[in-house]
Amino acid sequence: MRLSYDQSMPLREESVGTMAVIPSHDVLLVGGGGAGLRAAIAIAETNPKLTIAVVSKVYPMRSHTVSAEGGAAAVIRQDDSLDEHAYDTISGGDWLTDQDAVEAFVQEAPQELLRLEHWGCPWSREPDGRIGVRPFGGMKKMRTWFAADKTGFHMLHTLFQTSLKYSKVFRYDEWFVTKLLVDDGRVQGVVAIDLMSGKIETITARAVIVCTGGCGRVFPFTTNASIKNGDGMALAYRAGAPLKDMEFIQYHPTGLPFTGILITEAARAEGGYLVNKDGYRYLQDYNLGTPEPKPVFRSMELGPRDRLSQAFVKEVEKGRTVETPYGPVVHLDLRHLGEKMIESKIPFVRELCLKYQNVDPVTELIPVRPVVHYMMGGVHTDINGATPLAGLYAAGEAACVSINGANRLGSNSLPELLVFGARAGRAAAEYASAQKDASQAVLAQGKDEQSRLDKVFLQKSGRERIAAVRDEMHKTMEESAGIYRTGASLGRAVDTLRGLRDRVAGVTIEDRSRTFNTERVAALELSFMLDVADAIVNTALLREESRGAHQRTDFPARDDQRFLAHSLIHRKPDGSSAVEYLPVTITRWPPAERVYGS
Amino acid sequence: MADRITLQVARYRPEENAEGPTFQEYEVPCPKDWVVLDGLNYVKDQLDGTLSYRWSCRMGICGSCGMTVNGEPKLTCATFLADYAPGPVRVEPLRNFPVVRDLVSEIGDFMRKLATVKPWIIRDTDKPLSEGEYRQTPAQLENYKQFSMCINCMLCYAACPVYGLDPKFIGPAAIALAQRYNLDSRDEGAGERLEILSQHEGIWGCTFVGECTKVCPKNVDPAGAIQRYKLHAAVETMKTFFMPRGAR
Repeated sequence: MRLSYDQSMPLREESVGTMAVIPSHDVLLVGGGGAGLRAAIAIAETNPKLTIAVVSKVYPMRSHTVSAEGGAAAVIRQDDSLDEHAYDTISGGDWLTDQDAVEAFVQEAPQELLRLEHWGCPWSREPDGRIGVRPFGGMKKMRTWFAADKTGFHMLHTLFQTSLKYSKVFRYDEWFVTKLLVDDGRVQGVVAIDLMSGKIETITARAVIVCTGGCGRVFPFTTNASIKNGDGMALAYRAGAPLKDMEFIQYHPTGLPFTGILITEAARAEGGYLVNKDGYRYLQDYNLGTPEPKPVFRSMELGPRDRLSQAFVKEVEKGRTVETPYGPVVHLDLRHLGEKMIESKIPFVRELCLKYQNVDPVTELIPVRPVVHYMMGGVHTDINGATPLAGLYAAGEAACVSINGANRLGSNSLPELLVFGARAGRAAAEYASAQKDASQAVLAQGKDEQSRLDKVFLQKSGRERIAAVRDEMHKTMEESAGIYRTGASLGRAVDTLRGLRDRVAGVTIEDRSRTFNTERVAALELSFMLDVADAIVNTALLREESRGAHQRTDFPARDDQRFLAHSLIHRKPDGSSAVEYLPVTITRWPPAERVYGS
Repeated sequence: MADRITLQVARYRPEENAEGPTFQEYEVPCPKDWVVLDGLNYVKDQLDGTLSYRWSCRMGICGSCGMTVNGEPKLTCATFLADYAPGPVRVEPLRNFPVVRDLVSEIGDFMRKLATVKPWIIRDTDKPLSEGEYRQTPAQLENYKQFSMCINCMLCYAACPVYGLDPKFIGPAAIALAQRYNLDSRDEGAGERLEILSQHEGIWGCTFVGECTKVCPKNVDPAGAIQRYKLHAAVETMKTFFMPRGAR
C-alpha cells in the first residue's frame, strides 16, 4: 500500500519458489534528512545505473533538518573571501578543526547553496532579486543565506521533492535500522525493521552511508527532536568504526525554558540583545566586546555559542538571572526591532514565542536559557566521508570530518550536510561500483539479528520501564557533561552509565504486537543512546584541558601540547572502549588565541 | 484549573481488534504549558508502553503528530490540554486514512500523489551553476511562498469531505505544492503538471468547501490554491483547442 513498500516489491517478486530474494542495492543510506537526500541525489547523478536505498525511521521530510532555522553560510559577497570564512570556522572551533576539510568546505559551500537555489529553495532575496545574506555568530562577514527563519525546513523539502525525480532512489520509509552487517572487513548491508508490518529484513548493499544526524536526546533539555538518538553513531561504533571528538557538545544559548524550543541566532543577528535580570547586556563582562546599538560582527550577541552559553552559567553564579519554574533564564530583547522587521526576517520566532511561551517578542522579553543543540563529534571520516571501515561512509551531524572542531559556528551545519553529503555520495558510488555481492556470512548474521530482535524484545518480561533508565541517563549526562565539567563528576558518570547499559537489557516491553511497535524501537534507541553517552563521558574525562565547548573546571586552560588532537574512541569486542588521539591537520592557520569583540 | 485531565484514546491493534477500535481512558497531568502530545508521552512513559503514535520535533514543523482531537484535525504538539479543561479529551487518528495501529494512520496515498504532480523545478534548459542564481525579486518570492510552507501534516486531507468520499481526489496539499512550483518564477513545468491536475480527480474534484484552509496549521490556504488553479486550468484547456503547444 505504501510507496516505499511498493517500490521495493519488484525485488521480491523476482523470487520464484519458496526462497524470498533479499532486497539489495548498490548504496544504502541510513537516514533521509539533508545529508542523506543530498547524498542520494549525488549518487544518482554520479552513476545513474546504481540503485539507491534511503532507509529512514521517519518519512524523509520529517527528518530533523526540518527544524534548522537561521541559515546556511557560504561566501557570496564581493567584500568576503573563502579565507575569511575558513578563518572564522577554524578560530570558532578553537583550532580543533582539520584545515584541509575546512578549505574544501568553504570552497564548495557556495556552489552547493546555489544548486539548492536552482532546485527551487525559496531563499530570501535582495530587492533586485539576488540572494540575501545576514550576519551570524562568530562570522566576520555577511554570508549566511536564509529562507526567513525556516531555512532547514525549506532546504529539506526542496531536497526531498527534488529527490522524487530520480527513479533509482528507493525509499524505505519508516524502517528502523538495528545493525550494520560486516564481513570480510567491509560493510555489506543492514538489518531493519519495517515499522508498519513489523517485518525484519536484511537489506544488502555494496556501500552504506550513515546520515542519521545527532544525539541531543541523550540529554534531558535539548532542541533536538525525539528521533535524535545517535542511532547511526552507535551503529557505526558497534560495527567497528571509531567515533571522533564526542566530548564536544554544543549548547545553544537561546532555548525556550521547559520546551527547549530553539530561538534562532538570527534573532541576535538581526539586532536582538541578551540581557540579565537587571536589563544589562551582560556579555560585555565576558571578554566579548562592548555593547553597540547595532550588531557588530564577532562581538557581543554575535559571539560564538560556546562562549555565550558559558557566560550564562557565570551570570547564574552571580545571581543575575531570573528564576522560573524551569530554572534560571536571561532575556532576549527584540522589542526595539519592531513588528515589521520581526515579521519579515524572523516570523517563526514570533510564531513559536506566541504559541509555546505566550509571549509576543514585539512587545515583550523572551525568556531563554542554554540548551543542548548539536554534536560536534561523530563517526570519524576522511574528507570524502569514508570511515576507516571499508564500505561505510558518514555525513552530516552523524559524522565528524571535522570542520567544527571544538565549537561549531551557527549556519555552518546546513552547508556542511550538503558539501559532505554530496562528497560521501560520490565516494560511495565509486566504491560500490567495484564491489561484489554480499557474502553468505552476512545473510547468516542477518538471521541472527532477526531472532535477537524477536526473542529479546517481544518475548520477555522486564524489570523496569524504559523511561526509568532514560531519565537516569538524562540526569547523569546533565550533571557530568554539561557546559562546565569536572573529572570527578565525569568519573562517576562513567560508572553510572556502565550500570545503565546493563539495565537497558532488562527493561519491560509490554507491547507484543509487531504492528508499529514503538516501544521496541524506544528500547533499541535507548540502547544506542547509552553507547553514545558512554563515548561522550569517556572522552570528556580523558581530555584534561578546556577547549571550545569542552570546559573542565579542573583543567581551565587549553593545552595544545597534549590535546591539539582529535579523540578517537573505539569499541572493543567485550563492550569496553579505548581512546586514542589523532593529530589535527593544520594547513595555513597556526593555533592562536580566539579573540572576539575586538 | 483542574490539575489533571482525562484522555480518551483510540486503541487499535489489527491482531486483536478485528471489529475496530476501542477507547481507553488515561488520567494525565494538565499543567498550562502541556500540549496533547505531552499527555500522550506521559501515558507512554508512565502508564502504558503499548500506546503507539508518531511524533518528532514538538515545535510544529516536522508534520508528524497530526491526530483528531475532540473531532478536529490538529497537530498535537501545538494543541494545549488546558484548552480542553475540564475534559475529557478524545484523541483519535486522522480521518480519511487507513489506520495502522492506535493513533498511526497510513499516508502512503499522499506520498504517491505528491510525486505525480512533479513537485520540483522543471525547465527547458538549466542555467549552469557558474552563471549564479536565478534572480527572483521579493515580490516574485511572495507569489508562491505561502504554498511552500506546507509541512505535509495531512490535516487538510483529514478535513476534506471530497477526499473522504473519493480517495482518488488528489487532495489539497498535493495541489498546493503543485501550485507552489507553477507560481515559482524559476519554473517552466506548469504545462506538464496541467495534465495531471486537470484530470477529474485533480482540481475539478474540489467543491470549495474550504475546510482544508481552516485546519491548516501553517496558513497555506490550499483552497485558495485550488480555486486559483481552476481558473488557470480552464483558460489553458481552452487554449489547447485553439493553439498548438508551441504557442502557449
